[in-house]
Amino acid sequence: MKRVRVIPALLIQNGGLVKSVKFKDHKYVGDPINAVKIFNEKEVDEIVILDISATAEKRGPNIKKIKELASEAFMPMGYGGGVTKLDEIKELITAGVEKVIINTSAFYDPDLVSEGAKFIGSQSIVVSIDVKKNIWGKYKVHVQNGSKNTNIDPVQFAKKIADAGAGELFLNAIDRDGTFNGYDTELIKLISSEINIPLVAIGGAATVNDFVKAIESGASAVSAGSMFVFQGPHRAVLISYPKQQELKEKLFSQLV
Amino acid sequence: MLTIIDYGVGNLASIKNILKKIGVESVISSDEATIAAADKIILPGVGAFDTCAQKLQQSGLLPILNKKVLVEKIPVLGVCVGMQLLAESSEEGVLPGLGWIKGQIIKFKQEQLPAGLKIPHMGWTDVQLSKPSKLFENMYEDPRFYFVHSYHPQLAHAEDALVVATHGYTFVAGIEHENIMGVQFHPEKSHKFGMKLLDNFMKNY
Repeated sequence: MKRVRVIPALLIQNGGLVKSVKFKDHKYVGDPINAVKIFNEKEVDEIVILDISATAEKRGPNIKKIKELASEAFMPMGYGGGVTKLDEIKELITAGVEKVIINTSAFYDPDLVSEGAKFIGSQSIVVSIDVKKNIWGKYKVHVQNGSKNTNIDPVQFAKKIADAGAGELFLNAIDRDGTFNGYDTELIKLISSEINIPLVAIGGAATVNDFVKAIESGASAVSAGSMFVFQGPHRAVLISYPKQQELKEKLFSQLV
Repeated sequence: MLTIIDYGVGNLASIKNILKKIGVESVISSDEATIAAADKIILPGVGAFDTCAQKLQQSGLLPILNKKVLVEKIPVLGVCVGMQLLAESSEEGVLPGLGWIKGQIIKFKQEQLPAGLKIPHMGWTDVQLSKPSKLFENMYEDPRFYFVHSYHPQLAHAEDALVVATHGYTFVAGIEHENIMGVQFHPEKSHKFGMKLLDNFMKNY
């Protein structure tokens, strides 16, 4: 049976776990350590932690906190947020992080991606790309937690960072974030057809069926935030993750 | 004591963390005397084969490791590139491996993979036992493990295969020959399946 990874992505802001809609309106949803413990019990495939305050506050990763999170994660953990130097990549790996996720710095300093890949191997260097359509309907790369439009075409950028040595692409559709409207399959197709590295899709997932659509569009793995932390129409906070049986029946069995 | 060999590569904290979780005391060490006193060892490894092989060589630990494993025959478990190092050589590099297991490490044969299937093989994959093993005693149903690799063993002796997994085609994902064991996947990142395997390595060997 072929499996694909289903990855909860957790956002950290000012030390708390938050969830956004279209990268705005961050709502506090709990304590990160507690969330990692719960996701660990649910035997999730992998977990992604994004500290969205780091770049905004012009600081590096909070290694002490990350170490604490990693010690509760008996699955691969990716970390992103404020990574600007090779030394930080080294520190993160030593802290127990399997995958270092680079966003804004990958845009301004692709050499960091190359240096990181050379140090630890491409498999541990993930570049995250936040994409939003402009008013003419063209996809553009945004950086600094989505706040800054670079006006660069995401296909062109994805190819560049794949060449630089990124082992995986974490592709976020800003307009879908927190909306439960499904993944932007058009964007996934556009980018996955142009690169050879695995693409992890995030933004908009509401059901396991959305995962199927993302994979059919060329994603190698799927990630979600709101789907795993909210429940019901009023967005009550409740951490959940599909059971193996459900993934087997509704996702893995659909894969070719 | 169970000693995790520190030769400058790998995510040693993760291995120590999971051992702590299952109540196993371990020590991370690059010290010859500590390793000389070990009753079991875990050999980690991540990244390129030659980088690991070179660092292991530079660590000066090869003589003591050879003595512990080949003469004293204490149980050793290689993890990921740590498993690959058990072999004689790798297509990824030019430096020799430890040669404790006969065979080499080869790259996934792209021409045998269906179109669109990517290398590295990254993610969770089910494994099937090739032979009965105490490492898999009372293993949970449908064991699956986390893999990240582009290379896999090609054994000289088929009977050394412990488990196989499939990524396009079926490959050897774990080896066991007397006291020498290795797994291509990451038990330290494979939830209860990895915990059970490590617990078995502690209790059954």
